[in-house]
Amino acid sequence: MTQSAGNTTLDYGRERARMRIASKYIPLLATASVVVILYVYGCAAYGPRFASLRVLVDLFKDNAFLGVAAIGATFVILSGGIDLSVGAVVAFTSILIAAFCEHHGVNCDYLRRSPDAAVAFYRYRHLATHHLHPLLAIGVSLVLGSLFGALQGCIIHFYRQPPFLVTLAGMFFARGMGFVIHPQSLGIKQPFYIAFLNDIKIPLVAGVDIPFTVMCLAVVFLVALFIAHYTRFGRAVYAIGDDEQSATLMGLPAGRTKIMVYTLAGFTSALAGVVYTFYMQSGDPASCIGFELDAIAAVVIGGTLLSGGVGFVGGTAMGVLILGLIQNLIIFNGKLNSWWTRIAVGLLVLVFIAIQNVVTAASRRTTRAAAG
Amino acid sequence: MLKRFLRVPTRLLCSCLLLAFMIAGCDRGPKKLVVGFSQIGAESEWRTAETESIRSEAAKRGIRLQFADAQQKQENQIRAVRSFIAQKVDVIILAPVIEPGWEPVLREAKQEGIPVILADRGISVTDLSLYVTLVSPDVVEEGRMAGRWLATKLNGKGNIAELLGTPGSSPAIDRQNGFREAIAAYPDLKIVKSQSGDFTRAKGKEVMEAFLKSGEKIDALYAHNDDMAIGAIQAIEETGKKPGVDIIIVSIDAVRGAFQAMVEGKLNCTVECNPLLGPPIFDAIEAIRAGKTVPKKISLKEQLFEQSQAKELLPTRRY
Repeated sequence: MTQSAGNTTLDYGRERARMRIASKYIPLLATASVVVILYVYGCAAYGPRFASLRVLVDLFKDNAFLGVAAIGATFVILSGGIDLSVGAVVAFTSILIAAFCEHHGVNCDYLRRSPDAAVAFYRYRHLATHHLHPLLAIGVSLVLGSLFGALQGCIIHFYRQPPFLVTLAGMFFARGMGFVIHPQSLGIKQPFYIAFLNDIKIPLVAGVDIPFTVMCLAVVFLVALFIAHYTRFGRAVYAIGDDEQSATLMGLPAGRTKIMVYTLAGFTSALAGVVYTFYMQSGDPASCIGFELDAIAAVVIGGTLLSGGVGFVGGTAMGVLILGLIQNLIIFNGKLNSWWTRIAVGLLVLVFIAIQNVVTAASRRTTRAAAG
Repeated sequence: MLKRFLRVPTRLLCSCLLLAFMIAGCDRGPKKLVVGFSQIGAESEWRTAETESIRSEAAKRGIRLQFADAQQKQENQIRAVRSFIAQKVDVIILAPVIEPGWEPVLREAKQEGIPVILADRGISVTDLSLYVTLVSPDVVEEGRMAGRWLATKLNGKGNIAELLGTPGSSPAIDRQNGFREAIAAYPDLKIVKSQSGDFTRAKGKEVMEAFLKSGEKIDALYAHNDDMAIGAIQAIEETGKKPGVDIIIVSIDAVRGAFQAMVEGKLNCTVECNPLLGPPIFDAIEAIRAGKTVPKKISLKEQLFEQSQAKELLPTRRY
């Protein structure tokens, strides 16, 4: 190194700083390399059909609603919590919108016949013959989703309950309410959905276009990036995830942030439900069972620590792409059992947890060495 | 600092992508007919028999079959069909898990000029040109045959419990309607219980247990498929009653398990639901490729099997 004492310290400082930046980004780089490896393998194994623009756009098209939900789940996991109610809220929102848009409104005949649904019937009876404009239905469901999330957040914070249990209860409740609204899947034939929204798309080459759902995903992604890195709320989420007690001692509004995080998660779950109705042109109370686990897997593969405080929204987006790529590769193969997707995702999650452990251990060692 | 760190990986990434695109451009030899088949899952013996029939028929005719199992989820089926469109398959076979929600993806297939054949279940679309033909067993007639047989067996009088299939699926809806149509002429035949067993054995057992616990007198059980009936038989045996004797059971599918149950005297009657869709589907594909017109619905012929025939017919059952 250099001779003078001042220069040595400077060099040591620079080296330490480089290591800290690198260790923060290592899981993100690992995720990015997995995306690249999968895509390159697909191009090499399946030829020009896989390397086409259509496959790329389909990747976003088919996973738009997972992406929206996973982005919301990222904030929850960053804050050190977890949200198991995502799938149930998506299904509930989808059937609520479908029921509002179709001419029998909410299925009150069914409600009248089953005694357990008396409360729901009472609440919805005036909607039985109305069919709401889809925009109003979407607005109502987004508000309901946010309120549901806020309720969960309040129970978690004020009663100091573990998020796992509260959101588990929320999941059962939302799932049941979905079936109470309408017990079967319901197609949406409203012209707003079929004609108007289908025409909002950005045409690309050769019959491929970017549909409305992908544009929604892009907007949600950009807004989430902004919230995470350029707002006080985002910084507070990271701080709380890292160490809640230190964050509170520093003067950050831990309670308010936590409730807002779960409200945001409820909102994005409801928004994912809305995107789902655009995508499927139907609502189904029995859909998205186990969907929250896909969202959590995407977040973990994206480089976010399950204990919170470390992670990126961009990582989650890449995690969603990885899930989509694996499924696409298996379908292109045409001979593999589709359950290999689950096996591959499980292995990847384990690999990423291992990477995260190694990186945190290494950075703790350097900080301890530097301090000592 | 980050830029220096990223320089090598970025160069590596670019060269990898370049290599991949070069390999991707290479041609791959003489073209076989490629058919994409999006199957619902593997939830019952019947479903696996259907898959096996289509697979073996494709192999017999030298057609490459791209198979995708959707694990009972519609999103996975939509993803599979999109992938088939991207792979530029020649024909798509789709066994839709539920009726609504197929318009967008089938419209994409139509745009790309890929004909779609529906297998076993129907869809609800406003534009019927989105699929070429539906090849399926005559599901409504199955319900009617079961209803007629049960009405004769019970002499036009009795309480019937019904185990429905997956809510929203066309076989469940059609079997329900067909049955009710057949027993409409018998006012003393009442359906006292009707709930979904989701076409699976476990759920069928669970729901039958609930029916039996409710205390209402049940003279007969009409199960929309054999797997649910077999689950229900277990539930009935656990309460000490004799299935097939105390409660008359009729179900649909005619899989080997049902014949076995009939030989043991636990099941009374099963209506055939032919899962061997392979030959008619590939005949339709060849007709489409030859430019001929195909009927919008191709129904398979079926029959009813009673307990007395079970023993001699069991070895002849292919599924």
